[in-house]
Amino acid sequence: MIETRNFRILRNVVLTVLCLWVAIPLYVVVSTSLKPLKDVAGLFQWIPREITASPYLDIWTTVPLAKYFQNSLIITVCATLCSVTVAVLAAYAIARLQFKGKRAFSLTVLSTQMFPGILFLLPLYLIFTQIRNLTGLQLQGSYLGLIITYMTFTLPFAIWMLSGYFASIPKELEEASMIDGTGRMGALIRVILPVAKPGIIAVAVYSFISAWGEVLFASVLTNEATKTLSLGLKAYASESDVFWNQLMAASVVVSLPVLIGFILVQKHLVAGLSAGAVK
Amino acid sequence: MSHSALDSGTAAKGSKPAIDPAPGRPRGAIGQPPRKPRRSFLPYGLILPAAILEILIHIGPMLLGIWIAFISLTQLNLTNWLNAPFVGLQNFVNGLNPESTIGQAFFSTVGRTLGYTVLVVGFSWILGMAGAVFLSSNFKGRAILRTFFLVPYALPAYVGTIAWAFMFNQRDGAVNQILVDTFHLFGDERPFWLLGQNSFGAMIVVNIWQLWPFAFLMLMAALQNVPHEVYEAAAIDGATLWQQFRTITLPMVRPANGVLLMVMSLWTFNQFNVPFVLFGASSPKEATLVSPLIYQNSFGSWNFGLGGAMSVLLLIALFIASVFYIRMVLPKGADND
Repeated sequence: MIETRNFRILRNVVLTVLCLWVAIPLYVVVSTSLKPLKDVAGLFQWIPREITASPYLDIWTTVPLAKYFQNSLIITVCATLCSVTVAVLAAYAIARLQFKGKRAFSLTVLSTQMFPGILFLLPLYLIFTQIRNLTGLQLQGSYLGLIITYMTFTLPFAIWMLSGYFASIPKELEEASMIDGTGRMGALIRVILPVAKPGIIAVAVYSFISAWGEVLFASVLTNEATKTLSLGLKAYASESDVFWNQLMAASVVVSLPVLIGFILVQKHLVAGLSAGAVK
Repeated sequence: MSHSALDSGTAAKGSKPAIDPAPGRPRGAIGQPPRKPRRSFLPYGLILPAAILEILIHIGPMLLGIWIAFISLTQLNLTNWLNAPFVGLQNFVNGLNPESTIGQAFFSTVGRTLGYTVLVVGFSWILGMAGAVFLSSNFKGRAILRTFFLVPYALPAYVGTIAWAFMFNQRDGAVNQILVDTFHLFGDERPFWLLGQNSFGAMIVVNIWQLWPFAFLMLMAALQNVPHEVYEAAAIDGATLWQQFRTITLPMVRPANGVLLMVMSLWTFNQFNVPFVLFGASSPKEATLVSPLIYQNSFGSWNFGLGGAMSVLLLIALFIASVFYIRMVLPKGADND
């Protein structure tokens, strides 16, 4: 719009309100994470009376946070790597090749992306039970079981975003490579993958973020040994007390890896989301 | 960094081969004979892993989910569910009868979830639009603000919800500090936000906080395509800011809007994380949504048949919605096979 004086005034007002709206909860988290426990209960203090780093040290001993971190990391990384690898192949086929059943395949991928985890949770739970009965393989509470269930949402998303990326790469690039005798797969590996690398990384980071924040499957399919961060943080609240300062410190620690990843790939993520999800 | 991060998005979209240099030419046929036999197997080889996974994690479970709705599955036969008795439509009749308590709870939950979706999506869209309009103009600090606005979206959903839970939780918490102590909104009363009727509103606020950056992101991308000259021409003709917004900005984002609103509505309608983190495994009855209700029936009261029946209804509703979504996302003839 045209930057008249009114526009600038309005802009300052609106952007200030939006900033406060975003910032207040973030400020509450960070400031609470730096307070001693005695200052956390009672009337909320906007300006901390005392600042201490001890919540950041105590979080590791109050609950086995490192263990939860490790669980989340293993499950999330594996689900992301599997999804992206499988998705690169399928997305290339959707973007570049003609084959019978292509429409049906892309429609399936696209629609399953819209379905919530709750629809798959109970059936997968029953399938896991049956597998245990038949083979003795324990999937409930195992890393493998969670990795599989996390792929229910990371895979369709990755396929869909990546096919958008691949479609935006000029065909001439591969054709040139194929003239040099590399064949389709050679062209995919030597030409498409390097060109699409930023997009692939962005999709991987986004899959990682969504798996890192997953709550539903984790609440049913983990046990003490495989509990992820999303459930592990609950342990800072006991029957009688909530260690709010530690809970907030842990929230900061848990958020930092995904926040940094998001900011690093932000540019490509926006490109992919608007090309892949909202054309 | 004032160069827009979104430009690369539009550039990528713009460079999409809108004009196929030689539409009639068979691909891969430059300078060498077409390799027909290989080409016919390659696509299937490429989609095979994905197709197998789709069947294992989506199609199979979905069919099984439908089957569950027609059997009597309880805690007792859970481990031996293959032998659970077939009961036909019993689960639907028992659970979804509008005369029964469970049925009434179900239908009021669906109604509440629809209302919830409209409010969350509506407010998220308005905030996203406001942010997008004003961040589309050039000024110092714009790039930083854009990244900052995306933070709630990038945070793990449970972290954002925990932050709000803390602010709402205590009567002495930050929300009451602002509303009661600063603005004196409720007299001397300090409302409880996570109980009873208030919990519905609290849940909406949390969800808007997490969702609006997505609307902001998508609307920003859409607004990048509006040439500035259009606004200049309108301003010369004496159009007010509101008129410019109504006659230029709104129509220009209309194509993006359809899919954006659809996606946000589906996410919100299926919302599970926010109530689960805010209230625990069972929400206050004034704030129960569809996904948590199915969860409570299945894993709270171990009434899997009922949970299954509700899931089937949800599946049908989502199926219809995704047909609309697909029509919007895949324009006709987008893939010619």
